[in-house]
Amino acid sequence: MPDRAPKAGAPAAGAPAARERLDVRKTYKLFIGGAFPRSESGRSYPVRTPDGDLLAYAAQASRKDARDAVRAARGAFGGWSGATAYNRGQVLYRVAEMLEGRAAQFAAEVAAAEGLTAAAARSQVAAAIDRWVWYAGWPDKVAQIAGAANPVAGPYFNFSVPEPAGVVAVIAPASSSLLGLVSVVAPVVATGNTAIVAASPDRPLPAVTLAEVLATSDVPPGVVNLLTGHQAELAPALAGHQDVDAIDLSGADPAAAAELERLAAGNLKRVLRASEGDAEHGWAASPGTRRLLAFMEIKTVWHPVGI
Amino acid sequence: MAGRPRLTDPVWDYAPAPESAGTVSIAPEYGLFIDGQFEPATGGRQFVTINPATEEPLARVAEAGQADVDRAVAAATTAFEQVWRPMPGAERAKYLYRIARIVQERAREFAVLESLDNGKPIRESRDVDVPLAAAHFFYYAGWADKLEHAGFGPAPRPLGVAGQVIPWNFPLLMAAWKLAPALAAGNTCVLKPAETTPLTALLLAQVCQQAGLPPGVVNVLTGAGAAGAALVAHPGVHKVAFTGSTEVGKQIAAAVAGTPKKLTLELGGKAANIVFDDAPMDQAIEGIVNGIFFNQGHVCCAGSRLLVQESVAEAVLDRLRRRLTTLRLGDPLDKNTDIGAINSREQLTKIRELSDAGEAEGAQRWSPPCQLPERGFWFAPTIFTGVSQSHRIAREEIFGPVLSVLTFRTPAEAVAKANNTPYGLSAGVWTDKGSRILWLAQRLRAGVVWANTFNKFDPASPFGGYRESGYGREGGRHGLAAYLDA
Repeated sequence: MPDRAPKAGAPAAGAPAARERLDVRKTYKLFIGGAFPRSESGRSYPVRTPDGDLLAYAAQASRKDARDAVRAARGAFGGWSGATAYNRGQVLYRVAEMLEGRAAQFAAEVAAAEGLTAAAARSQVAAAIDRWVWYAGWPDKVAQIAGAANPVAGPYFNFSVPEPAGVVAVIAPASSSLLGLVSVVAPVVATGNTAIVAASPDRPLPAVTLAEVLATSDVPPGVVNLLTGHQAELAPALAGHQDVDAIDLSGADPAAAAELERLAAGNLKRVLRASEGDAEHGWAASPGTRRLLAFMEIKTVWHPVGI
Repeated sequence: MAGRPRLTDPVWDYAPAPESAGTVSIAPEYGLFIDGQFEPATGGRQFVTINPATEEPLARVAEAGQADVDRAVAAATTAFEQVWRPMPGAERAKYLYRIARIVQERAREFAVLESLDNGKPIRESRDVDVPLAAAHFFYYAGWADKLEHAGFGPAPRPLGVAGQVIPWNFPLLMAAWKLAPALAAGNTCVLKPAETTPLTALLLAQVCQQAGLPPGVVNVLTGAGAAGAALVAHPGVHKVAFTGSTEVGKQIAAAVAGTPKKLTLELGGKAANIVFDDAPMDQAIEGIVNGIFFNQGHVCCAGSRLLVQESVAEAVLDRLRRRLTTLRLGDPLDKNTDIGAINSREQLTKIRELSDAGEAEGAQRWSPPCQLPERGFWFAPTIFTGVSQSHRIAREEIFGPVLSVLTFRTPAEAVAKANNTPYGLSAGVWTDKGSRILWLAQRLRAGVVWANTFNKFDPASPFGGYRESGYGREGGRHGLAAYLDA
């Protein structure tokens, strides 16, 4: 919707000859624990198109916002990981339905954020919705491809099941504002984890709109928490946080990735490093199961057999 | 006849039944195993490995330095590129089967050598360590020619050179856990055994020679922590696998950060062993004893926190104390010995320090009457009661024969207390109710849950931790993932 976006210095008032209805503009806020707060720091920052036109002001999350988001994610973990896989699949499919209904809005925002033609943006949105559907089908299948009944030499039924790692921090891709975002968030929550997502710093608006979709799709509060702002501030806070179990560095600034991984070693977070393949293909390639399995633990149970 | 002996009767003594130390011949000195040959360390540096039960020296062992790490990694790289990677999986499998067979054939030597160098009872090295090590090679041998069916894609590739650093508590078994899956997947290995227990890894290197394993496929570098750090940091290493303390695991994770190396870590634990009031009590007592006193408690997955339901706590503790009075501590080579020697003076100091902290913080300490040998490193089996969750002995890994006892009332409280730790390696549940076992198993944040048993291991069963107990799994199909680029 570049035509509706507030351009810097554009007059908002006046009395045009053929009086048009005045737009109600959206305030882009954070998404923490199911609510849409501004940053506790009170800061915001301008978001521009690749051509430099102002699109909106986004909330500039602080380290405190990141900690609040971790708390919300931790609080939501028990319920979300304990929900049946069928239920999680249903909820995630509902997200895809809501995305579909908002496809035009996403296409306009992606076009503005990434400087794409309308057709290219529509194609990105379609791929993002389809990817969400793909992951929505995984919750009740992943244990069947990653679990096992193990033939041990003794009177035990020994089985292995994959379980969610816990609270996962996701540094979302910088360039692909919706398809890239969906590609990294959906696998994390499909498997029962809860997430704190640092959105693309320069292209955060589609992410905030995705949060609005999540908020109206039966996704429990706190399962996905979304922060907009500067990666240099947010990523180290999340990588070093002692109550975060894993981190996806897919969108991390390559120059900062090693330091983030060192911070993550402080409590032995599971780390998914950025993969060149993802960026090369613009997130269009079939994702496989790598991201699903990266944030799962294998639990093995020895249950006695006897009479 | 006076009838059956009662538990309160004095314990009958056993005559000593020592295994002969002559079963194995120990050379006065050992070299590094690089490119299929044993050779001295550059500069001729050596250290002495001792028998912890007597403090007598066993042998002088080469101490690897940076130059030796360079040579070993170079040998492993050449072997990977020219021999092991191009070799058909079916051929790799046959080498691993050979190794498994030779370990079985030389089982007594391995068991005696392990008990001499480590201090663990011969009953355990003979019945647990060595058979499981052979079984691990057998299991992974069969995967070597079936990798495309393992669920990691149609053509999973090996990673390259694996740098593997292992601890002193199960020296041979940990070597098997590291080498077998790595070799089956087509990688070559540089293995660094622990400083205090190098001998069975060197005997295993000899077995590799006997199996005709091509030079450079397995290299063994004995030495101290510096050699391990040099191996982890070596740019020619593609995969790092470490078993040991959480503290060192964090250092390794930080060292590997920013490199393309893959990493798996199997670290410490503070496992809860949860006993409900309906548990099969005789089994549970044996399980508690096995959970914490197996291998002198030098077990990362040891059941070091006993959580017992309040209604049966006194009864369980009475029976546990009685059972402890029958444990036999002493000569590791005696087949009747239950508790062997602490592996090193350093570890003994750490166990003493934490146990003293337990008393200082207000927990009540108890040990059975127990005559400790004059020489060597020994620590009597010890129980702490009145332990609260904030006590150091409830939070820190002691890695010794020391049990901290806490109580609970409801299953939910048991789960909350069990999970109240940064670790997450293992847990035990004792109850007669199957549905309760599975209810707890779902909620315990631990990689291995044993129900009505403890400290069971099998090559087909994945093993590894949640949270600060490390990441990656060893054993089973899942154990292959650590060594494949899938």
